[in-house]
Amino acid sequence: MFRTDPKKTHFGPSSAVSTASTPATAYPHRLNFYTVPPTSEITLDQFEQWAIYRLKVLGEIESCQYRNKTAKETEAILKPLLDKYLPLSTSTSAGFSTANLAKVTEERKKDHYSHFILRLAFARSGELRARFSRAERVLFRIRWATDDAVERQRFLASLNLDWGPIDADELQNLSPYLSSLSGPTAASETYFKVDWERVSDLVEQRRVFLRAGKAYVPTSEQLSLVSAEFTTRLEAALELTARALPRLDEDDRIMPILNHLSLDFTQPEYNMPANLTGAAITAKSIDGLVNPHFPLCMSHLHNTLKRTHHLKHFGRLQYTLFLKGIGLSPDEAITFWRSSFSTTTDDKFTKEYRYNIRHAYGLEGNRRNYKPLSCQQILTDRHPGPGETHGCPYRHFSVDNLVAALSRGGIVDKNVLGGVREDVEKKKFHLACNRVFEHVHARELKREKDEGKAVNETIVHPNVYFARSWELRNPGVRAQRAGAVEEEQGGQGPHGEE
Amino acid sequence: MPQSEKDFDEDIELSDAPPAGEDKSDSAPEDDSDNEEDTKLQPKATSNGTSEPVTEETPAEKKSKVEDMFDDDGDEYGMNDDEDAELFAESEAAIGQMAMGGAVGPSDPGVMKAFYQRLLPFQSLFQWLNHSPVPSNDFAHREFAFTLPSETYLRYQAFPSGDLLKEAVVKLNPTRFEIGPVYNANPKDRKQIRNFYPLQKELVFDIDMTDYDDIRTCCEKAKICNKCWSFVTMAIKVIDIALKEDFGFKHVLWVYSGRRGAHAWVCDKRARVMDDQKRRVVASYLEVVKGGSNTNKKVNVKRPLHPHLVRSFDILREDFAVRILEDQDPWRDMQGAEKLLKLIPDRDLAEGLRKKWESQANRLSVNKWEDIDALARTGVFKKLDTKLLLESKHDIILEYMYPRLDAEVSKHLNHLLKSPFCVHPGTGRVCVPIDASKAEDFDPLSVPTVTELLEEINQWDHKNKKTKVESEGAGPGTKEKHPDYEKTSLKPYVDFFKAFVASLIRDERKEGKVMNGDSMEY
Repeated sequence: MFRTDPKKTHFGPSSAVSTASTPATAYPHRLNFYTVPPTSEITLDQFEQWAIYRLKVLGEIESCQYRNKTAKETEAILKPLLDKYLPLSTSTSAGFSTANLAKVTEERKKDHYSHFILRLAFARSGELRARFSRAERVLFRIRWATDDAVERQRFLASLNLDWGPIDADELQNLSPYLSSLSGPTAASETYFKVDWERVSDLVEQRRVFLRAGKAYVPTSEQLSLVSAEFTTRLEAALELTARALPRLDEDDRIMPILNHLSLDFTQPEYNMPANLTGAAITAKSIDGLVNPHFPLCMSHLHNTLKRTHHLKHFGRLQYTLFLKGIGLSPDEAITFWRSSFSTTTDDKFTKEYRYNIRHAYGLEGNRRNYKPLSCQQILTDRHPGPGETHGCPYRHFSVDNLVAALSRGGIVDKNVLGGVREDVEKKKFHLACNRVFEHVHARELKREKDEGKAVNETIVHPNVYFARSWELRNPGVRAQRAGAVEEEQGGQGPHGEE
Repeated sequence: MPQSEKDFDEDIELSDAPPAGEDKSDSAPEDDSDNEEDTKLQPKATSNGTSEPVTEETPAEKKSKVEDMFDDDGDEYGMNDDEDAELFAESEAAIGQMAMGGAVGPSDPGVMKAFYQRLLPFQSLFQWLNHSPVPSNDFAHREFAFTLPSETYLRYQAFPSGDLLKEAVVKLNPTRFEIGPVYNANPKDRKQIRNFYPLQKELVFDIDMTDYDDIRTCCEKAKICNKCWSFVTMAIKVIDIALKEDFGFKHVLWVYSGRRGAHAWVCDKRARVMDDQKRRVVASYLEVVKGGSNTNKKVNVKRPLHPHLVRSFDILREDFAVRILEDQDPWRDMQGAEKLLKLIPDRDLAEGLRKKWESQANRLSVNKWEDIDALARTGVFKKLDTKLLLESKHDIILEYMYPRLDAEVSKHLNHLLKSPFCVHPGTGRVCVPIDASKAEDFDPLSVPTVTELLEEINQWDHKNKKTKVESEGAGPGTKEKHPDYEKTSLKPYVDFFKAFVASLIRDERKEGKVMNGDSMEY
C-alpha cells in the first residue's frame, strides 16, 4: 500500500533556484516547456495522486499511438480524460477574478509538478525515457492546438527562441517566393524567421524559403518546430535526470512511489499458466467456456459480439487480450474474430481488424507483448463512451442494467443481487464481482473448504477469475497457479482495496 | 647536379620517382588512374583512428625519418644555408633544363620541388586556414595529407605555421596534398588522446565532369573542352548564388580541380562548424538530379517549384539552346533521342515523335526540341496534359543543366580535399581559384601549367638579370623583392586568393569581437 503519510516532502534538485514565488506570477502561461523544476513543498499524497493522473493521460496517449490514431482522433479521445485529470484552463478564460486565478494556478502547478514527478519515474531506462518523451510531446501538441492564439504567441515569446515574426514590408517583398511554397493560402499565412539550422528537416526537403541564412517558416509548420524544440529539450533534461537519479535512492518515501509509477506504465502483468485447460483452446471452444468461467466484463463482451457481430476498439482490445490470456493462439484468435465479425467483408476485416489483433499478440508494430488487462486497468483506464461495451460492468453499468445483465447470465438469487447492489453503491466493485464468483462456484468452494484447502483471496484479474473458475470445475487439472499474477498488491486510486 | 651526402639521404623518396627525362610529355603515367583522381575519396579520417591507411604501411625506417624531420628544433626554416642553396640550385637546374628544351613535367620531382619552393603561396594558405595572422589551433590542429611520389599516402600531418608546412612540403615533395578538418588536438598526438575528433572544416562541394558523362557528347572521360566546361560554369553560377543568397554564406572559394572539375570551399565560420547532419541538409537542399544510369527521370521536384529551383531554372534556361541543344546536341542520333522520349510524359505524343524522328535520321536536337511543342499543338493527342508536358520540359532542362554534385564529399566533416594551388599530376595545371562572379571567363585550358610557370620565372629573371644578382645576396624565397609568383601568370590567381583571404580574416575578426567574452569554442 502507498503511504498516505501527510508528511511533507521536498524534491527536485535542491540547488534549483526558487522561481516560484507568488501564484500570480508562477505560471503566466498555460503551456510549459518544463525548464524550471518545482521547488515548493507538496504532500506525499499529492505527489502520488498528481503523478497518477498524468500517467492516465500519458497511458491513453500511448494507446492512441499504438492504434495509429490521427492527431485529431487522439485529441478527441483525450479530451474527457484531460478535463478530468489534467484540466488546464487558458489565462483568458480565467478572467481576472482572484478565485479563477487561484484555480488556474493550481491546475498549472499540478501540470508542472506531475510532469517532473514522472520525469523522475521514467528517467531510469532509455526505453522509458523515449516513451515518456513521445507521450509528453503528443500532450504538448494537443495543448498547443487548444491554446488560444494570443496566449500561444506570448508563450512563444517567453521561450526566447529568437523567432521573430516578419514585418509587413519584408513579407510584402518576399511574398512571391513564399507563395510558391504555401500555394494559394499564402496571403493569409503568417511567417516567422529562424536560423535555418533550427529547421533543418524543412530545409532538407526544400519546404521553406531561405534567405540569407534564415528560414521563413509558415505558422502552419510552427507546431512541428516548437514540438521539436520541446522534445530536444526534454530529452536532454531526461538524460540529466537519469544521471541524478542515484542521489534520490536514499529517499525511502519517494522511491517506492516512483518505482510503482513506472511499473504502472509498463502495465501490471498477468502471466498465463501454461496449458491451463489441458486442451488447446480454439475459436470454436470459446462459446462453451463463457458460462460459467468468464467474469461478467468478458461474458458481456462475448455476448455483445455474438449479438451485434462487432465490438468497438477497446472492447476488442480488452477481449482479445483476455482470450490471449486464457491460451487462444494468434491464428485461432484471427479465426475467432473473423467468424464473429460475420457481417464484415474479408477485405475490411483484413484492413481494419486483423492488424489490431496481431498487434495485441505482439506480432505487429512495436511487437510488445501486451498483457491481459487487470481489473484495475479495466476499472480506471478507459471509461467506455457511447456505443462502447468494454470496461467493468460493476462500475460502468447503471445498477438496473447490471442486475439485468446478471439475471440474463442466470444469477437470479435475490440475496446475491442485493449484495451486489450494496457493493456497487459503496464502489466496491471487486467485492461485487467476487460475490458473484462465490455464488456461481458455491458448491466447489464448499468442497475445497471441506477438503481443507480453501483459498480465500479476492480476484483482481479477469484471467484469474477464469483460471480459478476452471480449476474449481475441473479439480483434476490443478494448473500451476503459482506466479499467475504479479500484480502489485492493492490498487490505487478511488477503488483501492476496501 | 651535385648533392651532398646528407641531402641525398633526406631526399631518399625521390629515388622512387621516375628519373627526370624519362617522361616524354605532359601525359604522365597517372593518366590511366585519373578517373579516380578527382573523386578525392581518399580513405576517410576516422576519428578513432582505426583505419589509418598507408601511413602505417610506410616502412618504419622511412617514417621515423619523416617524423624526425618534423621534430626538428624548428628554427624559422629549419634549414641551413647550404641546404637552402642546394634546393634552390635544384630548382634552378629544373628551370634551366626546361630552358634548354628538356621535356620535364609535373611528375618530375625537381619541377615540383621548385614549384613548392618558389611559387605556391604558403603564407596565404596559412592565413586562409588560420583565420588570423597569428598562428592558432585553427591551423596547428588542421590535418594535412600528402601523396608522396611513391604513392605513399601520409595522413594526419600537422604544422604550427605556414613556414613549417612549406618546409615539409618542400622536403617531402608530394605530388599533391590535401586538407582535412581541424581536430580537437594536434593530429600527430591522436594516439595519446582518448577522444580525438574533428571540430571544423570548410563545407566543400565537388563538381566533376564524370557525373555528366551520360549527357555530354563533346568529350569523353578525362578530356575536356570549352563546351563541356560550361557544365562546370553553370554549376558554379547556380551553387554559388544559392550558398550566398539562401544560406547567407559570404566566403565561398571556387577552385579549379586541375583537370575537369571544380571545388567549392565555404569558409564562413557558420559553415565550418556544421556537423555531418547539417552538411547533409545543405547537400540535399542543393541536390536535384538524382538516380543512376537505370533511372529514366532523374529530376523529380514538387510544384510549384521552390524559389531556389525557380532561380536556378532562370539562370540555366537562357543557355539551354546554346549549351545543350547546339553544343552537346544530345538527342541527334536515335539512341540519344530515346532518352528524350522517355522523359515525355504523354505516351502517344512520344510515339508520334519517335515515328517522325526515325524517318529523319540525325535530326538536330534543337529541331527535335521544337518538334515536341509543334506536335503537341496539332491537337491530335486528345489526352495530352499540356501543363504536365510543360513541367516535364522544365524537368528536362534541369536534368541536363542543373549542377550534379558529388554529395558524399559535402556530407562529411572529415572528408579531405585537395588543397588550392596544388598541381594536377596529370595535366600539370595549377589548381587555381575561380572568380565565381566571372565564372564564364574562366578557361581551364588557359590555366598555367607548372612547367610554363617555371619557364616564366626563367624568362623574367633573364630579362631582369640585374635584379636577380641583387636578390641572390638576400637569398631566395620570401626575402626577395619580387616574389617569384609575381613574375608569372600565376599572379592574378594568387592576388585573387589573397584578397579572398583578407576579406575572410576581416569578417572573422569582426565576429570575434562580437563574440568577445562569449567563448563559443567548439
